[in-house]
Amino acid sequence: MATGTEPPPTHSGVHGATRATIGARHLRTDRWWLSPALTAGGLLAFVLYSTWRAFANADYYAAPYVSPFYSPCLSENCAPMRGGPNWEIIGGWWGLSPALLILIFPLGFRLTCYYYRKAYYRGFWASPPACAVAEPHKKYTGETRFPLILQNLHRYFFYAALLVAGILTYDTVLTFRDEQYAWGHMGLGTVVFLVNIVLIWAYTLSCHSCRHIVGGRLKHFSRHPVRYRLWGWVSKLNARHMQLAWASLISVGLADFYVYLVASGAFDDPRFF
Amino acid sequence: MTRLERQQWDVVVVGAGGAGLRAAIEARERGARTAVICKSLFGKAHTVMAEGGIAASMGNVNSGDNWQVHFRDTMRGGKFLNQWRMAELHAQEAPERVWELETWGALFDRTADGRISQRNFGGHEYPRLAHVGDRTGLELIRTLQQKIVSLQQEDEKEFGDYEARLKIFQECTVTRILKDHGPGDDPGNGNGNGGAGRVAGAFCYERESGRFFVLEAPAVVLATGGIGKSFKVTSNSWEYTGDGHALALLAGAPLLNMEFVQFHPTGMVWPPSVKGILVTESVRGDGGVLRNSEGKRFMFDYVPDVFKEKYAQTEAEGDRWYEDPDHNRRPPELLPRDEVARAINSEVKAGRGSPHGGVFLDVSTRMPAEVIRRRLPSMYHQFKELADVDITAEAMEVGPTCHYVMGGIAVDSDSAAALGVPGLFAAGEVAGGMHGSNRLGGNSLSDLLVFGRRAGLHAAGHATASAVRPEVSEAEIETAAAEALRPFSAPDTTDGAPPENPYTLHQELQQTMNDLVGIIRREGEMTQALKRLAELRVRAGRAGVEGHRQFNPGWHLALDLRNMLLVSECVARAARERTESRGGHTREDCPTMERDWRRVNLLCRLTGPDTPGDEPARGRIALERRTTEPIRPDLLALFEKEELVKYLAEEELYE
Amino acid sequence: MSSYQAGFRVWRGDQDGGELEDFTVEVNEGEVVLDIIHRLQATQASDLAVRWNCKAGKCGSCSAEINGRPRLMCMTRMSVFTREETITVTPLRAFPVVRDLVTDVSFNYAKARDVPSFVPPPGVAAGDYRMRQVDVDRSQEFRKCIECFLCQDTCHVVRDHEENKPAFAGPRFLMRVAELDMHPLDAAAESGLDRKKTAQEEHGLGYCNITKCCTEVCPEGIKITDNALIPLKERAADRKYDPLVWLGNKIRRRGE
Repeated sequence: MATGTEPPPTHSGVHGATRATIGARHLRTDRWWLSPALTAGGLLAFVLYSTWRAFANADYYAAPYVSPFYSPCLSENCAPMRGGPNWEIIGGWWGLSPALLILIFPLGFRLTCYYYRKAYYRGFWASPPACAVAEPHKKYTGETRFPLILQNLHRYFFYAALLVAGILTYDTVLTFRDEQYAWGHMGLGTVVFLVNIVLIWAYTLSCHSCRHIVGGRLKHFSRHPVRYRLWGWVSKLNARHMQLAWASLISVGLADFYVYLVASGAFDDPRFF
Repeated sequence: MTRLERQQWDVVVVGAGGAGLRAAIEARERGARTAVICKSLFGKAHTVMAEGGIAASMGNVNSGDNWQVHFRDTMRGGKFLNQWRMAELHAQEAPERVWELETWGALFDRTADGRISQRNFGGHEYPRLAHVGDRTGLELIRTLQQKIVSLQQEDEKEFGDYEARLKIFQECTVTRILKDHGPGDDPGNGNGNGGAGRVAGAFCYERESGRFFVLEAPAVVLATGGIGKSFKVTSNSWEYTGDGHALALLAGAPLLNMEFVQFHPTGMVWPPSVKGILVTESVRGDGGVLRNSEGKRFMFDYVPDVFKEKYAQTEAEGDRWYEDPDHNRRPPELLPRDEVARAINSEVKAGRGSPHGGVFLDVSTRMPAEVIRRRLPSMYHQFKELADVDITAEAMEVGPTCHYVMGGIAVDSDSAAALGVPGLFAAGEVAGGMHGSNRLGGNSLSDLLVFGRRAGLHAAGHATASAVRPEVSEAEIETAAAEALRPFSAPDTTDGAPPENPYTLHQELQQTMNDLVGIIRREGEMTQALKRLAELRVRAGRAGVEGHRQFNPGWHLALDLRNMLLVSECVARAARERTESRGGHTREDCPTMERDWRRVNLLCRLTGPDTPGDEPARGRIALERRTTEPIRPDLLALFEKEELVKYLAEEELYE
Repeated sequence: MSSYQAGFRVWRGDQDGGELEDFTVEVNEGEVVLDIIHRLQATQASDLAVRWNCKAGKCGSCSAEINGRPRLMCMTRMSVFTREETITVTPLRAFPVVRDLVTDVSFNYAKARDVPSFVPPPGVAAGDYRMRQVDVDRSQEFRKCIECFLCQDTCHVVRDHEENKPAFAGPRFLMRVAELDMHPLDAAAESGLDRKKTAQEEHGLGYCNITKCCTEVCPEGIKITDNALIPLKERAADRKYDPLVWLGNKIRRRGE
């Protein structure tokens, strides 16, 4: 829902002097507010959950599963994960939750994502709340100035997201072990991780920046048949970018929650073999 | 009356469809300061409705094609009534006109080797239509529009003003061509036929404000399109009120062969509010077939003798043609439009029609859904949105709809100059002659380009050659202004009779033309139509409107009624006169094509004064028969003798 | 198959003011909103101003807002409303009103002039143009545009902020820039014109916050945001913000 509460300025926009004199900010009769309300609610729920989990600094490792929120672990204050992503790059001075170090990247990726931008501009910033519904802001400069001009850095975050997705893939491979680190086993968690990693990759590769890099930037597809084919695939995925954004958001939360349940002892990971 | 705004231009183009814009581009590139006037917004002209393509013998798909073959097809389609020199120029110049569009940014569909793709169409021997899906007209308009913008950008760089040498007057209407009658000529006798004298400009009003203004120019190009809005069931948009035809008549120029009106065989028939909207011929070109209520492909029963050797006799052969056109003959669904329209009409009359009075056009059983959606996207969209019919799953219901007028302003083939009025030019649908008695699909867009360019070229030439600019007298302007304002004072000026609603008059006119001068004609009905038209004309003199001059559609319609009534009378009179059936003119009482009529053109001219309250029964139009120039021998030699004997009279053959 | 009486509220007025006027009008099966507006003209309000042309969704003239949503009147079937519903029709609310349902759309024509035209490739004669279908597909999608200006009307950048009009071309004309930039034979770059740069610096690409209303209202179903605006933003990012491109340029420059 719209968070802006100012009354619409009367001198500008649809109430400007030259426009048709209609008092209402909009004349929509459908439930136009439902979609931004759901979006805002969904995003807010995830933000609350992930903030709690990121700051908790506990219950993120239950062999062989590492929470995607804490992978890779870049400081020394991490739980030791045998064969896992303990990469103490920044040394021992970091005292806070190690999740904070790594979550910057997926957060940045999603924050600058073309779909999420639409979602939160509409849902939180009401700019606009829905099509043909007047927004409450007096001024608007879009993404022409600091800080929103930084949305153009999506490309960097995409490259980082590729690395993170690679690491999470590695983590998923590690889930084919049992609690004693013996290979060739599988539990319910493995399935959760598999689903999650597929969705993470699908979301990452369906990114508009990715679509551009693999082929969109070309002027002549016919001279680059391989890249054209790749572009075609990415375009197909890209058409579902919104769905993948939500699905992967939910799956990554669920994967973390699964690890939390197992690590905290609330639930025993059923082993298949 | 206060003096109106007057502007001086070299060339004024009336109409901003394909022909008008092409004329304007040419005139401007030849150095003439050019003004374009259009009734709608820039880029909305009726040309956007053209779906199939632009016919041009580029030979990209079948290298056997060349201008001679195109010329032959055009003459056959028009039943040899075409102004042959126009058909020749058209066939020769069309490819250049299409290629030049690419240099202005047009993006046609491509062949595998990167050339412009060409598709099959009714009456064309080879795949010949350059196209973009089924929205070719839109591509044409947009390309010309963007070319004009690019010329304006050049002018802005040079003069600091986008409109220094080329200006579009959007949403303006011309009600009169103004003339300079010079010394010794008498302009002030109220004689509507314009008398002698040369073109001096145009009297216009701005739709938005209702303000009058005058554009003075030694050359005026009429490119206003057709007359379809005089008929009830039509594929034409509201602009098609025959303005250019009427302006030419009123300026003293004759109209040619107005009896030839093309009814496109496939318009939508249901729901009622969309009745008449076009279903593109490409549906049939790509494999769609026509069936009656018994499920029969009835077109096989309607192949006329002149076409017997050219079309498949069996369904199997027709079906093979789509894959192997070199060794099979085309299916009869692809006969010229007049033949197909008549056949549908007969099937419906015989009680074998579809539930809503049409026949079935089916692609759903002929192609996979996927292919239909790709090849006919806007048809899929149109039926889905407007009729709730999924054409990939069920058949469409279609019937004939008034689509195009072959007749028009009589012009010189090479220069597009109207006969008898120096400085007046005409191109596109408003000009007559090019298509003879019936136009082939795809020949319209190419006609617009070829003759639009020629009109612009010669208009610019005429303008620069005019040493002394013609002058417009204040008296003539005042007469025109008074005429345009008449609907606002109508109730007061008539003797007690009530004012008429222009919308009602329009509906009655459409019904009259549809019922009495429609696809199948009879002498008695046309006599009756002429009587009704005369009555409507008297009532139209009382057409009154409410409100003020600012964007008032009732007023606009009241003014357009004059044009529709004049043009309708031309159609009815010429149709009653021509006692044969040929192309777009079918007489139930004279069902055969007469070779002697081939050489006869019917010219319509305005008679008598056009003051209100004149004698109703006496029409405004006089007919004149004129014998056409013989076809040049080298062009005749392109045909087999056996074919020529079907069309040409004995003495023509042995001349 | 029956007709019924529908409640309509139509905005009537001009620059000096106006209001929604109530009408009761007959509706028949299969009709669209434009039919009803025409019936009002013919029977109740002969001077009701409205633009229309083709009545088949091909020309983009009859743009208006129906129950608050920007739509083509000729493509809005009455059957999508309930019989009890009152249908509100207003002019486009992003442009100055002229009269009744007619607005002054000259903003769009001015913006069209700001976009430099197609630059033909030097040395290629007419008739010698060769382009593959896969190379023209993208631009062809954008050329389906019928210029109804519904995207321009719904875009909050100018709809809600009149002051942005000088700096922002709107989705239609940013899409035009994209169309030309993707045209396989456009020689703008060779002539010294960087369309990506002008998109950002002259046509206000940065104002777009990709909230997708243009795509939502497009009657032609053109994916304006995903296929034109975002790719254009990415192309602009190529020039300024891409680390690899930056690095590549740096190395290349050093190598020279």
